[in-house]
Amino acid sequence: MSWPFLLRRLLLAIPTLFGVAVVVFVLLRVVPGDPIAMLIGPGATEGDIANLRRLYGLDESIVLQFLYYLRDLASGDFGTSISMRQDVMELVLGRLPVTIELCLVAMLIATGLGGAMALAGAVWRGRVGEAAVDGAAGFILAVPDFLWALLFILFVVIFALDGLPISGRISHEIAFEGATGFWLIESGLRLRADVFGSVLQHMILPATALALPLAAIIARVLKTSINEAMTQDYILMARVKGFSRARIVGREALRNALVPTLTLTGVQLTFLVGGTVLVEKIFSYPGIGNMAIDAVINRDLPLIQGLVLTFAVLFIAVNLLVDMSYALLNPRMRHG
Amino acid sequence: MTHLDRRHFLRIAGVAGASATTGLGTLLFNREAAAALGDTLTIAYHVPLPAWDPTTGLSSVNPQLMSIYKCVFDQYIDQNADLSFRPGLLTEWGWADDDKTRVRMVVREGAMWQDGTPVTAQDIVWNLERVANPETGNPVSFVWASIANLKAEGNVITGDVGQYMPDLFKWMAFLTAYVLPPHHYDEVGREGFEKQPMGSGPYRVEEFQRGSFVRLKANPDYWGGAPAFDTVVFKFVTDPAARIAEIESGRSDVTLNIPFEEFDRLKAKPGLEGVATPVSDIAMIFFNDVAPMTDVNVRRAAVMAVDKKAIVDRLLRGYGVPIETLLAPPYTGFDPEVNTPYDPEGAAALLAESGYSRENPVEFKIQTTRGYIAKDYEVIQAIVGMWRRVGIQAEIEVYEIAKHFELRAQDQLAPAAFYNWGNSIGDPSTSTGHAMFGPSPHSTWDTDDLDAMIGPLWVEKDEARRIAGWQKVNRYIAENAYVFPLYQQVQPVVHKTGLGFEGHFANFILPQAMSKA
Repeated sequence: MSWPFLLRRLLLAIPTLFGVAVVVFVLLRVVPGDPIAMLIGPGATEGDIANLRRLYGLDESIVLQFLYYLRDLASGDFGTSISMRQDVMELVLGRLPVTIELCLVAMLIATGLGGAMALAGAVWRGRVGEAAVDGAAGFILAVPDFLWALLFILFVVIFALDGLPISGRISHEIAFEGATGFWLIESGLRLRADVFGSVLQHMILPATALALPLAAIIARVLKTSINEAMTQDYILMARVKGFSRARIVGREALRNALVPTLTLTGVQLTFLVGGTVLVEKIFSYPGIGNMAIDAVINRDLPLIQGLVLTFAVLFIAVNLLVDMSYALLNPRMRHG
Repeated sequence: MTHLDRRHFLRIAGVAGASATTGLGTLLFNREAAAALGDTLTIAYHVPLPAWDPTTGLSSVNPQLMSIYKCVFDQYIDQNADLSFRPGLLTEWGWADDDKTRVRMVVREGAMWQDGTPVTAQDIVWNLERVANPETGNPVSFVWASIANLKAEGNVITGDVGQYMPDLFKWMAFLTAYVLPPHHYDEVGREGFEKQPMGSGPYRVEEFQRGSFVRLKANPDYWGGAPAFDTVVFKFVTDPAARIAEIESGRSDVTLNIPFEEFDRLKAKPGLEGVATPVSDIAMIFFNDVAPMTDVNVRRAAVMAVDKKAIVDRLLRGYGVPIETLLAPPYTGFDPEVNTPYDPEGAAALLAESGYSRENPVEFKIQTTRGYIAKDYEVIQAIVGMWRRVGIQAEIEVYEIAKHFELRAQDQLAPAAFYNWGNSIGDPSTSTGHAMFGPSPHSTWDTDDLDAMIGPLWVEKDEARRIAGWQKVNRYIAENAYVFPLYQQVQPVVHKTGLGFEGHFANFILPQAMSKA
């Protein structure tokens, strides 16, 4: 991937984000649910309502509100949350690392599990093992991430899995003032084993719930790609040389099979980020997904706008990263 | 509008998941759910706390958050579990003269802010003046602006009554009536207060993980004495299935707001107990003064055709109390004599007078939330079924609560709309008054006859006459079926055995009122 290409992609992100900002602003003004109507106390007069509307900047025409919104956005001001009474940017940036870290761990689980399933299926091709892998992948894929989350909560109760927390991000008994918000990484670097262990424990169930559908997709695509690669001449050569099937699959076929898998995984990764909305809510995990639901329920317009833009930036960043990884793996992309 | 979307599927899946826990859990692992109580009380709470300032913004008018605010902040006046009033930071309060043109309040001596500085009468004045200023964003600033020229001498505050409000002192135990430390607030500012909240209540905030939990430490200097639990954790667990798992697995000591089916199951488990308390919230159906609800026969038939007791018994498993007016039994002015009996034949006869029958039913829309309160949609389905039998064909529209508020504020609700009305101070003005007085932004019924009856009660200075007036209004409303009161809500709370817990009529879950049995 060349620098001009990267720059072009980054420049393209600007109109994309502007479009998102416009669409979300208009949509929020069109859908029912006036935040001021939720704020009105019993016995409030018309004057009280008008005052609240003015306080939250909702007394102007939609066009003027939009122009003010764009002006503030250009200066990095996302506004003040109606429900939390704090700066939107500060709130979102405080929660964003929580979701990013969760997604990274989910990605690791998905890659590890999906990769292992694909390799097992490829090695056991034509045998019962392959059917078992296919069946398992099909089953995992049939259950959406939020339902996995609920099932995990069920399992925790039934099987008394006391070591697996079902709510929050860290034990309330541990005091930790993180400097970055990336608590797992930060506590690891600061050698805070108690924090690292607690954050990881709290992450296991939500990350696994998010990871499972993606793992199944990786397993299917990667296994198919490996099987295709196994029909190539260089594989025949490896066989002639007497390499074991496991070595052929794992070392020769896998590298070529990774490129299409990575492309699809990149697309699915954006769904994984989207999945955090429900999964974080179920596990009371304090990321931006959880925050998004509360913001919608409370009709917190500035916060919803800030969160949607953040999700958009995340999606763009993920896609860019996938393109870059694709180039790294595929030399033809790197040079062309 | 009854399609199954992802959210509803999630909710159904949650209940299904919880129900599956019932079977499998009972069959496989009928173990004692709860670990022993420790010094830390953990509450799996159903609503996350968005903001710490209990006097401004959206959180300040959310009754569900009051339990947390009451841990950290004192109110001017407090409430007992039966809704009666008791001293908070004010030990005495009332009108200073017979004409009720002045107020007099006595501030508690010995109360301390959580940084050790004393609470003064001047602090109380600062608070009352602050929330009276609409620029602060207090949603009920008109209440606080009804008194002015407040002066503190020693621990006595006096002031002038600008706009007389009979329920002013009840408001001092209600929404936004929390006392903040002026010196701290001035020092840290509005946004700083969100990061360093402080009050004079029984607990101070030790750690707040937004969206996850808040850990509170007992305030040793609390004027009401140290609470039984040194540490209290409110875990914000918004998913009912997760709350059930929290209490069942022993991770939490108390939880609430769970399906009644699960409540019945959990309270039967060893190590757990259940308390179902009738609370001050009521389920009701607003009638809007649009066709066909302008026909009294249609309204009365709609009320008479519904067997509320059957709904409570069968749908709510008995966890509800049928009501006939917008006042629940412990409210001031509750009148047990008002009664509109279940009479489907009478309902059909009334409809026939207006030319309607089962073959030619009167048609209108009824709006409801689904999952906002327990069984809301199911209750409306049952009611629509009962209506159909007498000649009322109602189409159900499901919407979000935010849309309800918007439509209600614009007086654009459908002819019938289900709602849950809360009134933790139990005054008729804050239920019948605001729900039925035409000019109120919360009212949907807007007719001169009713407004003429209610209007004078807002300024009636004779308390006995005021309450008698509200009783008359409620009887009149019932006779004309201007609204359809359904039932008083019941709050199911499950807690570990060994925890002393008493239900609060105002729907508060107060750790300071809990004990180790």
